[in-house]
Amino acid sequence: MSKVHVLVGTRKGAFILTSDGKRKNWEVSGPHFAGWEIYHMKGSPKDPDRLYVSQSSGWSGQVMQRSNDGGATWETVGNKFVYDGVPGTHQWYDGTPHPWEFKRAWHLEPSLTDPDVVYAGVEDAALFRSDDGGHNWKELPGLRRHGSGPHWQPGAGGMCLHTIILDPSDEKRMYIAISAAGAFRTDDGGETWKPINQGLRSQYIPDPTAEVGHCVHHIAMHPARPGVLFMQKHWDVMRSDNAGDLWTEVSGNLPTDFGFVIDVHAHEPETIYVVPIKSDSEHFPLDGKLRVYRSRTGGNEWEPLTKGLPQSDCYVNVLRDAMAVDRLDECGVYFGTTGGQVYMSPDAGDNWTPIVRDLPVVLSVEVQTLP
Amino acid sequence: MMVRVALPAHLRVLAHVQGEVKVQVDGAVTQRTVLNAVEAAYPMLNGTIRDHTTQQRRAFMRFFACERDLSHESPDAPLPVEVAEGKEPLLVIGAIAGG
Repeated sequence: MSKVHVLVGTRKGAFILTSDGKRKNWEVSGPHFAGWEIYHMKGSPKDPDRLYVSQSSGWSGQVMQRSNDGGATWETVGNKFVYDGVPGTHQWYDGTPHPWEFKRAWHLEPSLTDPDVVYAGVEDAALFRSDDGGHNWKELPGLRRHGSGPHWQPGAGGMCLHTIILDPSDEKRMYIAISAAGAFRTDDGGETWKPINQGLRSQYIPDPTAEVGHCVHHIAMHPARPGVLFMQKHWDVMRSDNAGDLWTEVSGNLPTDFGFVIDVHAHEPETIYVVPIKSDSEHFPLDGKLRVYRSRTGGNEWEPLTKGLPQSDCYVNVLRDAMAVDRLDECGVYFGTTGGQVYMSPDAGDNWTPIVRDLPVVLSVEVQTLP
Repeated sequence: MMVRVALPAHLRVLAHVQGEVKVQVDGAVTQRTVLNAVEAAYPMLNGTIRDHTTQQRRAFMRFFACERDLSHESPDAPLPVEVAEGKEPLLVIGAIAGG
């Protein structure tokens, strides 16, 4: 029987939630790395026993962990992230030049084909790659050296590279997103990068349609249609049908189009999910009602999903990397909250139930669907 | 010299040790030589006490010994004799921050 692992990164450790394909009874393993911030934990698509973890703390900085046995045991691997060449400067919050400084790894993206290859998106924004299972890291400097780099500015959460998407149909193509620079694409394996922000409109920057400067919160793609991208921007839900060359807004009838997460159904490329958040100053659901919104039309037409979710006095947030789907026949959808709940729907969002209720602040959720 | 080092709890977990660690230091006993020995014995601690590249103390890590705060001493200054002789540990402390 198939099995599901939910990999949960929290403010105070990592947890692995395990169930069989029925997704009714769950075992909780953790906290792993207790007391440390776990920004992200993700398994290799090629070898699901190979897990990578970004572990950090305000005292001791960045640590990277790796497991070769699905999280039963862990090995500390390389944590030396050095920017290529002279780091240079980006803009600080007040517009003054600020030196590029490594702070932490936000997102880890293992290769689709080689368990020893993994990408790391870091703060201050840059993309690193390891070819030896995480022991050594090397920057792909073409991104940061894109002409716009000195003008990138941090968002409220820091200047983080938080989204990495690998194109399963083209090993040279990759998408990344940075708060608050925007989205970028490479078509040559990371040598050169192109900003893909045309069509985005952000009233909070001097030129609302600038080439860079947009606060992209997350991007999702269905592997069967790698040229179609869905974006939750600071405000606005967007889609692109041409690999990011042009975006159009699909917020439609959402009650608020601010939010952090966005994801795509495992088997229906036009079914997408967001969790609307009231505003950029009030990071909680509208009216205290936690509602996932689903569109079966690739955006514009949205329906609230509420069954099993708190519909009063709920003031949690759902952070950008804290939603994922499984690949079982009936697609499961998962998300974690800043209140420590991890909710699961075994039926594509129709019904929800908490797997756990009282974890530390959930920073990230990933799902492994195992045979 | 066998030098005693007390690590903070989160680094003891990372290094898979309990209690104090003891490291062999040849020559002058300084912050630098002691930390070099600690990192050689426990490579998973590389970068967690001092920066990989600059070798400077991380901002929220402090060094105490013999009831003195040595955090702002030169990394090449001799540590107290009691530390060099193994009578007292070098305390690596995570600063109290954040409430």
